[in-house]
Amino acid sequence: MSLCMPEPDAGVLARRAEIVAAMRAIVPGEGVIDHADGLRPYETDGLTAYRQPPLVVVLPETVAQVAAVLRWCRDHAVKVVPRGAGTSLSGGALPLADGVLLGMAKFNRILHVDYADRIAIVQPGVTNLAISRAVEDEGFYYAPDPSSQIACTIGGNVAENSGGVHCLKYGVTTNNVLGVELVTIDGEVLRLGGQGLESAGLDLLGLVVGSEGLLGVVTEVTVRILPRPETARALLIGFPELEGAGRCVGEVIAAGIIPAGMEMMDRAAIHAAEAFVNVGYPLDVEALLIVELDGPAAECAHLIEAVARIAEANGASSIRASSDDTERIAFWAGRKAAFPAAGRISPDYFCMDGTIPRRRLPDVLARMKLLSEQYGLGVINVFHAGDGNLHPMVLYDANVPGQLELAEAFGADILRLCVEVGGVLTGEHGVGVEKRDLMPAMFSAIDLAQQVELKHAFDPAALLNPGKVFPTLHRCAELGQMHVHGGKLPFPDLPRL
Amino acid sequence: MSVMLRPTDIGELCDLVAAFAGKDDRLCLRGGGSKDAIGAPTPDVTVVDMRGFSGVVDYDPPELVLTVRAGTPLAEVQALVAAENQMLAFDPEGLGTTIGGVIAAGMAGPLRLTRGGVRDHLLGFEAVSGRGERFVAGGKVVKNVTGFDLSKLMAGSWGRLAALTEVTLKVVPRPQLQQTLLLRGLDPAAAVAVMASALGTPAELSAAAHLAWHGEPVTALRLDGFAPSVAARRAMLARDALAALEPIDDDEGDALWDAVRHVRPLASAPILWRIVVAPSKAPGVIIALPGAAWLLDWAGGLLWLASDSDPADIRRVAEAGGGHAMLVRGDTALRGAVSAFHPRSPALTALETRVRRAFDPAGVFETGRF
Ligand SMILES: Cc1cc2nc3c(=O)[nH]c(=O)nc-3n(C[C@H](O)[C@H](O)[C@H](O)COP(=O)(O)OP(=O)(O)OC[C@H]3O[C@@H](n4cnc5c(N)ncnc54)[C@H](O)[C@@H]3O)c2cc1C
Repeated sequence: MSLCMPEPDAGVLARRAEIVAAMRAIVPGEGVIDHADGLRPYETDGLTAYRQPPLVVVLPETVAQVAAVLRWCRDHAVKVVPRGAGTSLSGGALPLADGVLLGMAKFNRILHVDYADRIAIVQPGVTNLAISRAVEDEGFYYAPDPSSQIACTIGGNVAENSGGVHCLKYGVTTNNVLGVELVTIDGEVLRLGGQGLESAGLDLLGLVVGSEGLLGVVTEVTVRILPRPETARALLIGFPELEGAGRCVGEVIAAGIIPAGMEMMDRAAIHAAEAFVNVGYPLDVEALLIVELDGPAAECAHLIEAVARIAEANGASSIRASSDDTERIAFWAGRKAAFPAAGRISPDYFCMDGTIPRRRLPDVLARMKLLSEQYGLGVINVFHAGDGNLHPMVLYDANVPGQLELAEAFGADILRLCVEVGGVLTGEHGVGVEKRDLMPAMFSAIDLAQQVELKHAFDPAALLNPGKVFPTLHRCAELGQMHVHGGKLPFPDLPRL
Repeated sequence: MSVMLRPTDIGELCDLVAAFAGKDDRLCLRGGGSKDAIGAPTPDVTVVDMRGFSGVVDYDPPELVLTVRAGTPLAEVQALVAAENQMLAFDPEGLGTTIGGVIAAGMAGPLRLTRGGVRDHLLGFEAVSGRGERFVAGGKVVKNVTGFDLSKLMAGSWGRLAALTEVTLKVVPRPQLQQTLLLRGLDPAAAVAVMASALGTPAELSAAAHLAWHGEPVTALRLDGFAPSVAARRAMLARDALAALEPIDDDEGDALWDAVRHVRPLASAPILWRIVVAPSKAPGVIIALPGAAWLLDWAGGLLWLASDSDPADIRRVAEAGGGHAMLVRGDTALRGAVSAFHPRSPALTALETRVRRAFDPAGVFETGRF
């Protein structure tokens, strides 16, 4: 099972020199890259199993250049793939052999911050963390915090509708973006949303957030910023049984408590993480829960006790509450190291991203265990428990012939299982190319056709990021899988959640 | 005379829509009909009463997810979740309204400032498009990015894209305690500044409004949460130079927020505008339109304006503040002459039209109301 992408257009490939020249006429100087060495850094994103150098890389610096590039590409039927930092875990920024890769990295300025209205207006290539850094001296931050936040761009976050560990309480990208400037494939510059809480007319902003680069190129983003909570404290809770941990999560929420974050790890993940970072996680438990509460100190103290009582009532075998920030960060250290920890116990792994109704957790984990035995591949689980977003890591060794294909099939079975129990294929990483062919597990042909109609309302010739999200390929080219092996991943320094 | 149809199952609704689309006819979707008087009058249209799609499909409180049929009365939904100590976080108003109508009207109350609007809580839905086809989008879990987020489009679509038959909503716990604090006698500029500075502290307000209440201007801030937390956050506000804040009792607080939610101080105004702006721009809008009565919700970000100024002036002023103005009440003549929605740029209008066509190629839901 290898990845099929739209078959490259031979005519476009033959016109490469002409296309490069046209791009140079629009974006002068270093902004157009066409030599093989220069293309290589762009050939993959965070889903490194798939690689493809683009036809040419274009790095515009102005909105007028973006508009001119898109208009030219439309007029000449050339495909365009937008790219931020290339951290997508679903292959959203995977280039096309016959497509322009439009890198937005040079749009890296924070344009305006208004503390009275609590908004920041930024260019799309600004990193997620840079927004919080820019406003921290005034006591503010930007709430959605994907663990890739030191690298990923706000433009990429908008395209993927990214989440983070704190999104249970503060929402994901779509709940924190007020407006964007969008350039369509026609080269038209549109403003969707604004600085107010609601748009006039149809909520096209809401449609564009999470549209994975298929509807237009985002050239400016207006986000809400929030005052930083006074304190944050965490609980580290071990359970001898998974069921107890699952019930505890449900009862915390039923008690009216919405923690800032609520993360779960299974036995395999706990052991892998503890072996890697040695933070004192209990090893004699089946599930570990990290519950973070934020707000005034009095609120945290009150809720820490309430959560501890619920945990005890559900059979927790160990409960620790952080007394200071150092300890709180230590609680998180193992969780945040789960991905490199997986990289230590297995040469390769795939990180999946389904969401399930939380009540189905024990059931889903039990069936995942059966699948693991059936495929002969290990799986370890970390889990945004508060909102039911699972991140199973399927362990494999790409050097063993056939294991990559087995791992892909195992991963697909896990996602089908998520849908079967009432959940969805992806909670925050996007469909991209990774889950594209699984879309029919969740949507009927009519459901998908409705979405494709919308795509055509923005981009009738389907030139923007084709081959992603929708399984509409009739003819396709198989993409070679040059797998990066032995944990040599891009972004090795990022914590992985 | 309008004709009224009342389908009760989705197959019937699909057939009905397909038949009308085929004949190049028009259908007006109606929930409770409470918003019939919004938008241009549409005398000869066939009305589809959606109240035949009623009842709870699934509600599991600890999951914070509720699935109901779209024609279920809002009051029934609110009673259901209240019994589990939960609520609809977007805080809708509406007597006699249906949940589908509330969603299609996209109207949210005071809590929208901090808890999000209808758009933020509609997780997924089932609907019938203008092709007469049943389709679903979104999901039934709180976190989902699978496919385009069509729920955002349906919220505030005013019956123009598709007929909602079933909706899945995110619900939230009802706070243990609500406390309302007042400052008296401020002008709009001072009130907006006070609300902004309070929202700039970590006191985590849930709502902030400025209105005429018992004959005097009051600025109302609300804190929601567990008792020790509300006390701590009140102290935090006092520390931040809002020491004059005066708590009012719970019944008075409920009455005040209910009045804001329903815009009661302007209930008898013949003309009502709903203006969404950046909060700091609201005082400027008020100053530019002398003689108007008004109410500020969302810390100034939502300005309800009762004004008989020239609609073009109102819209120009709203636009100058980076916002937009919707006409939500007016006599038939006014509504016939002035579009309910704030006009968009030609490029945006063209895109909106293509988006509507993507759901409704024959324009079966285009009654001319908007
Ligand atoms: C280690 C690691 C940890 C991660 N943790 C999380 C996490 O906790 N939560 C989470 O949600 N995700 C996470 N991710 C996934 C990823 O970081 C996010 O999806 C991120 O939003 C992608 O941003 P980017 O700038 O890298 O975008 P890219 O990968 O470059 O692009 C992603 C998609 O956005 C489109 N795009 C990019 N910029 C624009 C633009 N300006 N206009 C239009 N389309 C555009 C691209 O075409 C593509 O479809 C993680 C990834 C890694 C590698």
